[in-house]
Amino acid sequence: MSRSGVIALAICTAVLLVLPWIIGNEFYVNMASQVLIYALFALSINMMLGYGGMVSLGHAGYLGIAGYACILATTAGYDQLTAAIFAVALSTAAAALFGVLSLRAPGLGFIMITLALGQIVWGIAYRANELTGGDNGIRHPARPMPFGIDIRDAPSFYYFTLVVFAIALFCIWRFSRSPFGASLMGTRDQPRRMRMLGHNVWLVRFLTFVMAGFWGSVAGVLYVYYNLFLSPHAISLQQSAEILLMAILGGASTLTGPIVGAAIITLVKNVVSSYVERWNTLLGVIFVVVIVFMPYGLVPGCKQLWARLSSRKNRKVAGATASEPAQ
Amino acid sequence: MQWQFWIIQTLNSVAFGGLLFMLSSGFSLIFGLMRIPNLAHGAFFMLGAYFGYSLLIRGLNFWPTALAAGLGVGLIGVALERFILRRLAGNEQGQVLVTLGISFIIADICLVAWTGDPMPLAAPQALRPPLRVAGYAFPTYRLVVLGISLVAALGLYLLMERTRLGAMIRAGVDDMEMARGVGIPVSRLFTTVFLLGATLAGIGGVLGGPILNAYPGLDTDMLPLALIVVILGGAGSLLGAFVGSFIVGFIYNFGIALVPDLAYFVLFLPMVLVLVFLPQGLFGRVQI
Repeated sequence: MSRSGVIALAICTAVLLVLPWIIGNEFYVNMASQVLIYALFALSINMMLGYGGMVSLGHAGYLGIAGYACILATTAGYDQLTAAIFAVALSTAAAALFGVLSLRAPGLGFIMITLALGQIVWGIAYRANELTGGDNGIRHPARPMPFGIDIRDAPSFYYFTLVVFAIALFCIWRFSRSPFGASLMGTRDQPRRMRMLGHNVWLVRFLTFVMAGFWGSVAGVLYVYYNLFLSPHAISLQQSAEILLMAILGGASTLTGPIVGAAIITLVKNVVSSYVERWNTLLGVIFVVVIVFMPYGLVPGCKQLWARLSSRKNRKVAGATASEPAQ
Repeated sequence: MQWQFWIIQTLNSVAFGGLLFMLSSGFSLIFGLMRIPNLAHGAFFMLGAYFGYSLLIRGLNFWPTALAAGLGVGLIGVALERFILRRLAGNEQGQVLVTLGISFIIADICLVAWTGDPMPLAAPQALRPPLRVAGYAFPTYRLVVLGISLVAALGLYLLMERTRLGAMIRAGVDDMEMARGVGIPVSRLFTTVFLLGATLAGIGGVLGGPILNAYPGLDTDMLPLALIVVILGGAGSLLGAFVGSFIVGFIYNFGIALVPDLAYFVLFLPMVLVLVFLPQGLFGRVQI
């Protein structure tokens, strides 16, 4: 990590740590927790999208499986930790199954299969009334007490989410910088050459798919802890699309992009929903505009702009000393 | 269980399969030619149903309504292809995501224009009383829907196999580069196929209206079914879409009738089997 990177990280950490004191209002602290949860979703989908070039439209399925499993296990009488571990394990196992199926098709068939799988999870949640409460959804009994700490109020839940988020972010950052991450990017850009070099392209993609499913499931459990409620609406195609859009909007090829995208989408959604009911149209419009005009997302776009501006400044300086311009 | 139950369910299944064929044949052709799953296809179907509803309550006859609503949706499909997808030529991933964005916009506009209540489309007066043969009652309208989809299938087959346009589309599906090379106007084909696919989906929406009603969420109910049809049958193949539609129609309908809680889960099984053993689908011309 470069020095400016370390400074930026230190500033972000400091801001995130004191955020509840800065904003104070409980409503906005809750919104910050929500941003962190969605940022984790976006980061997890971005492991596939940004580094592996795999576009998944079934990511909300993990929210569904992990969420329902967590609620059902807790209501069945297991303690919160066991329920959470069970939920994440079950959902990760489902990710392994979904991965085997989706990776049968390269390219755009992958989108179709993940979409169909996600909708099947939604359909089961919607139809299996006895288990999931159908359209009405089910409640989670209570938030857990990790190490005996009460996280029922907004600021302490925010810190709980922040800790989980920080751990996840560290793991995903390590993942993106690891040799495995490099080979994943290789399979994205040059699958045939990677195969030639002896890499098992399928296995690299599959493991990424499962890891993305794992972090998606963790985010799903957090989602349930935050809302204490889950219904099929939360795991619809629209949710998957929103998560995907967060990653694309922020910039899929970067680590910070999905976090920025999640923050923007969550804030816009909350602000817009309090004034008008037309969130879906706006979501669609953002989708189209981002993909047509900003295919690489905000973070790389801003970096590019910054680089262009600073190079123009440099060129002016260079132009003053040398007669030939740099380009 | 009595015979009547099985007869009715079988008829429902084949009628639903016919509707699915109207939806997924266009989806499959677009996928085969342009290599993109058009995720707005479910929204086209729903839009067809709503257009049909609006025309019907203004007193228009059922069959002209179906045609007009279908063409209206077809024109929207052409606009989508010409003005948006064309801008993203070569960026297939972007094209898919744009179709998804468009489907959200269409669904939300439908919600504004036609409210959130289900809108029942009235079947033609003459087809409402059930057909009685040998003591059993058959729902006439569903038989007619089945008949229309079979005619549509035959028409599409003749179009694809016996006409110059069909030959050009098949050439494009099999080898786009070569088709371009021998002078086939591929970009015009894209528009034509989009018009055809969207029109079929729109007509399917009107035909499905009296059975399914027009309601918000119809799009996301139908889209996965079309995807599964294409995964089963194989992309770019008319026969695949035909066989796949009826398989899915049967499984889904009997699933709802016999194990309502698990209707979606039952769909999962054939999809898994096909993906594991025949990843190209039963009759696939192109790799999905």
